[in-house]
Amino acid sequence: MKYVDEYRDGDKARALAAAIAAEVRPDRSYAFMEFCGGHTHAISRYGIEDLLPPNVRMIHGPGCPVCVLPIGRIDDAIRLARRPEVTLCTYADLMRVPASGGLSLMKAKAAGADIRMVYSSLDVLRIAEANPERQVVFFAIGFETTTPPTAVALKTAEAKGLTNFSIYCNHVLTPVAMRAILDREPTPDEPPIAIEGFVGPSHVSTIIGMEPYRVFARDYRKPVVIAGFEPLDVMYSILMLVRQVNEQRAEVENQYIRAVRADGNSVAIDLCDEVFELRDSFEWRGLGTVPKSALKLRDAYAFYDAEKRFSIETQPAEDNPACECGAILRGQKKPADCRLFGTVCTPETPTGACMVSSEGACAAHWTYGRFRDREAGAGLRKSA
Amino acid sequence: MSKTFRRKLDLKNGRVDMSHGAGGRAMAELISSIFKDAFGNELLEQGNDQASFPTPAGGRMVMTTDGYVVSPLFFPGGDIGSLAVHGTVNDLAMAGAKPLYLSASYIIEEGFPLGDLKRIADSMGAAAKAAGVLVVTGDTKVVERGKADGVFISTAGVGVVPDGLALSGDRARPGDKVIVSGSMGDHGVAIMSSRENLTFETEILSDSAALNGLVEAMVTVAGPHLKLMRDPTRGGLAATLNELAHQSGVGFRIVEDHIPIKKQVAAACELLGLDPLNVANEGKLVVVVAPEAAEALLAAMRGHPLGADAAIIGDAVEDDQHFVQMTTGFGGGRIVDWLAGEQLPRIC
Repeated sequence: MKYVDEYRDGDKARALAAAIAAEVRPDRSYAFMEFCGGHTHAISRYGIEDLLPPNVRMIHGPGCPVCVLPIGRIDDAIRLARRPEVTLCTYADLMRVPASGGLSLMKAKAAGADIRMVYSSLDVLRIAEANPERQVVFFAIGFETTTPPTAVALKTAEAKGLTNFSIYCNHVLTPVAMRAILDREPTPDEPPIAIEGFVGPSHVSTIIGMEPYRVFARDYRKPVVIAGFEPLDVMYSILMLVRQVNEQRAEVENQYIRAVRADGNSVAIDLCDEVFELRDSFEWRGLGTVPKSALKLRDAYAFYDAEKRFSIETQPAEDNPACECGAILRGQKKPADCRLFGTVCTPETPTGACMVSSEGACAAHWTYGRFRDREAGAGLRKSA
Repeated sequence: MSKTFRRKLDLKNGRVDMSHGAGGRAMAELISSIFKDAFGNELLEQGNDQASFPTPAGGRMVMTTDGYVVSPLFFPGGDIGSLAVHGTVNDLAMAGAKPLYLSASYIIEEGFPLGDLKRIADSMGAAAKAAGVLVVTGDTKVVERGKADGVFISTAGVGVVPDGLALSGDRARPGDKVIVSGSMGDHGVAIMSSRENLTFETEILSDSAALNGLVEAMVTVAGPHLKLMRDPTRGGLAATLNELAHQSGVGFRIVEDHIPIKKQVAAACELLGLDPLNVANEGKLVVVVAPEAAEALLAAMRGHPLGADAAIIGDAVEDDQHFVQMTTGFGGGRIVDWLAGEQLPRIC
């Protein structure tokens, strides 16, 4: 497959692994966070951990929009979908996320709610056009990558005069979340935040460019290397991070030059700016309430805002107190350190944020990497 | 198998959802907690896609049944009629049996075009003829509009097992070789590409085919050395290997680069965010064979048109956790797991 296979080449991977092994200093360790779930997935699916020296550790960050969406917002979506006039459209990976009272969108659908799975925000418009008697609500989630398509759907609906379409907006912002992780003051019984650099997002950066990450290099002295989603991209970015650390540099570098421009995609940025504005604060699963970390529709587009149209008031919902997702997303703990991991919390029956989508840290480790717990002799549980 | 499920079904308030039909752990759990409980017997307990039993007159017979709800009814490379023959013939053939007779039960939605029904029945007849089986009994039901989706077909089949064969999902042992008969994921991708809400150009045809001819050639060459066969339908190769690992009490180690996957299928999966190892096949089989017979078996399979791309993909190994582990093409290691939840509904 052209433009894919060349980024998954085993020989090149071994060469890069040798280069990383040659450049890491044996007298120290390295801990980098890949923010994006897409990177977490690539690292797990291709077995990249096996190609890294033992003193290079990857911390799987919170960049999985499904994972970080709080339960209260899923509860809202279920309540919406149960209204007789509503057709709720959602990306498929939200279907199984557990909500309050043992519910999920999938179970609500099985009980009769009209919930449709879509691949694109424009599919929602087609459904709205085909069903003028229905109130069609788009359950919009995601980071800066999926925000522009939501804006496009809104503008298209406006142009078409579609009045039965609305957006339940849950779009969140990457750099703010990265900052929230670094700003956390560990409690006395918590291990420190050990992140020394970031593998920066791929698709998010195609939209926002490099500038929003400068603060991490400048103020926090953390190198950021924007990386593509293919496994060789990830390996090469890790090498670039190792070099920055070794040379005591803290810069924003771009490994993903085939897609990311320094100033991002100004058309998308302007469109989002026209349609959305910052929320005062938003709750993230695993990170808690983070100020100015999410978007809502501007007042000019209030007509399309499902929160207004259906008077949604999100009720807080508690996570399982034994769940260690917060500490795992900050790199303070590993999935196998959680008592729930692989016992009550599995991809079929996820309890915490990190297990709900295949891009979550725990789900990726369970699905692809749990054999390593056995090899390490740590966190071993009989699974069968 | 029940030990692998971590939470019990909620029989009081729970409802069936789409994951219960997706061929993954949720479905296995449903079967285990509801159907095995209700029907419990030694043959069912073996957990194969067919039951094999001695007949009073001597010899062994095999019986199976399968329902078909594929959407769309007509897809590139086949239709629900031919699929309803191939799927059931293959379930019989996976026991090493010679398939003989099928039944066909049609549940038809009010308003369904007669022309389409004729097309489906003709296709079914042609598939049965090509596979050398007879459709000898049937049933027809019509339900009100909206109570079905076009046509659902259920077929049952019986066959006879040649003497000396004892294939069963619990017979893999460490050291055995794992062979697949051809490229993985064709059927699922063909269905996906023909669904109206997923339009992309691809030349992928479903691999829907009756495998009894290929199996006959395999039995001739490696009969007593064959441990088990299974057709990796819903849930794909990943689900099949995980089922077999648990049933046999072993693990598997496979090599990604040895698994045949067509370029177009890989590309479509890339676009759709699917892993070809989770995608359904309808004309492929996985066979576990004693190592001394593996090369001869592979050669025999490659000599048959439906096994031309057959490949040895790995070994059964000792593993009390029954992991299916894979060396990735990239050079790392990973688990190949059951897929959680639903990937592609109504694939067969």
